[in-house]
Amino acid sequence: MAQPADARLQLEAVRLTALYGRRAVVKDVSILFPAHTVTAVIGPSGCGKSTFLRCLNRMHELSDGGWVTGSVLLDGADVYDAGVDPVQLRRRIGMVFQRPTPFPTMTIYDNVAAGLRVNGGRSHGDLDAAVERALRQAALWDEVKDRLKKSALDLSGGQQQRLCIARALAPEPEVLLLDEPTASLDPAGTQRIEELCHELKRRYTIVIVTHNLQQAGRVSDYTAFFYVGDLVEVGRTEQLFTKPTREQTEAYITGRFG
Amino acid sequence: MTAVVAVLSLVAVLALVLILGYLVAKGASSLDWSFFVKNPVPAGQSGGGVANAIVGTMIIVGLAALIGLPIGIGTGLYLAEYGSGRLGWTVRFVADVLNGTPSIVVGIFAWTWLVRPMGHFSALAGSVALAVLMVPMIARTTEEMVRLVPHSLREAALALGYPRWRTSLRIIARTALAGILTGCLVGVARIAGETAPLLFTALGNLNFSTSILQPMQTLSLQIFTYGTGPFDEWHRLAWAAALVLMGLVLVLALAARWAVRSRHGAAR
Repeated sequence: MAQPADARLQLEAVRLTALYGRRAVVKDVSILFPAHTVTAVIGPSGCGKSTFLRCLNRMHELSDGGWVTGSVLLDGADVYDAGVDPVQLRRRIGMVFQRPTPFPTMTIYDNVAAGLRVNGGRSHGDLDAAVERALRQAALWDEVKDRLKKSALDLSGGQQQRLCIARALAPEPEVLLLDEPTASLDPAGTQRIEELCHELKRRYTIVIVTHNLQQAGRVSDYTAFFYVGDLVEVGRTEQLFTKPTREQTEAYITGRFG
Repeated sequence: MTAVVAVLSLVAVLALVLILGYLVAKGASSLDWSFFVKNPVPAGQSGGGVANAIVGTMIIVGLAALIGLPIGIGTGLYLAEYGSGRLGWTVRFVADVLNGTPSIVVGIFAWTWLVRPMGHFSALAGSVALAVLMVPMIARTTEEMVRLVPHSLREAALALGYPRWRTSLRIIARTALAGILTGCLVGVARIAGETAPLLFTALGNLNFSTSILQPMQTLSLQIFTYGTGPFDEWHRLAWAAALVLMGLVLVLALAARWAVRSRHGAAR
């Protein structure tokens, strides 16, 4: 089992610009994600918050015409350096998407083990322990321990999403990126995921994109507000929600637009 | 409008029923044990079977599948995963043209490039001709099936640290497997009944042969030879062979259905 990671470990975007072809959708964003905190990224639809998230684990460059300028520092090292293999990087930065994406041909067990197997070189005992650990962290173990060999599609939507979280956690990443993880879930499922965020930040650094302001208020330590590609404001969550320094932020959180 | 469409579809079904019914009426009486296990007897004698043609069909179609399926599936995967560029467009265009090429033309080419250089007709040349017919069919269905796999699944695998090729094989192709398999079975069923390309290649053989470098008999060739021959005994055997061939295609079609159903069942 991994020790809580180095307290100084952090993720930082420096003058990050994300483009599709010649169109910039994230503009010159600099922001620091302190270790073992939850940072919520909020903003109206199309503000570039999801694209920004996808820059952090180099997923954006896989989109048609997607490219990036600036840098993203993980533990001080730029993930966009020429020597960095994006495939290896993505094993250090886990990601969970809007809709649950369990691999339909795999069992529950195999889904969680998928990210470990792709790394290779693990004995069966190790794998069993790692799968159990990940499922426990995702608060899913008790619900699935008796049917690990069943298809992942047998699970409910909320369970599937927690399975995806377990799958992302199994390779022991340092950072967890959540892209509107509760967008397709019912209130009960949403609540489970939000509780998980509190649990998981002891071990991971979490960045969560959400269009739900209440959710941002409930789960995050810091909140960043994006508007049409610009990072308008970032600060401690309670401060940003109660005493925003920018007018745009205030307008958004009070529901005057977006 | 509904009535018109209903009548039209009835006509379609009726055609199939008539064909099957006529085949059974003409051929079923000749289906006995010796039909399946005996080889043809010299012309004019009665009795004998088509064991050589049944075994020949299995060998030629099997070999064609062995050659055609990997190439077809590989091409389909390529088209779906990397086929957005110029090369992909070209391959897709060639596949579509090849798909519409009359099979007899493919036969002539197999004759020119394989039979003539080798100096004699052979089952191998027949298999190659059938494989050529099969590849574009398999490639296009594979591509379609792979394209049906949601993009989110690919992203999930990539975000998990899967290299691109492993994402293609372990996640995408496996998810599309039932569809690909169905396409393969349908493809095999299609070529099992092909006759024209075999006329110039496998040629046919009245004796039992398992050498792929020699001429070989198939059910379709048997039907052609016997059906156009002068003897009533031959006509009788041709009907029976047609029934067997139809049955074979039916079994493959059913297997394709079953493959889809069981896969979906397992995934539920």
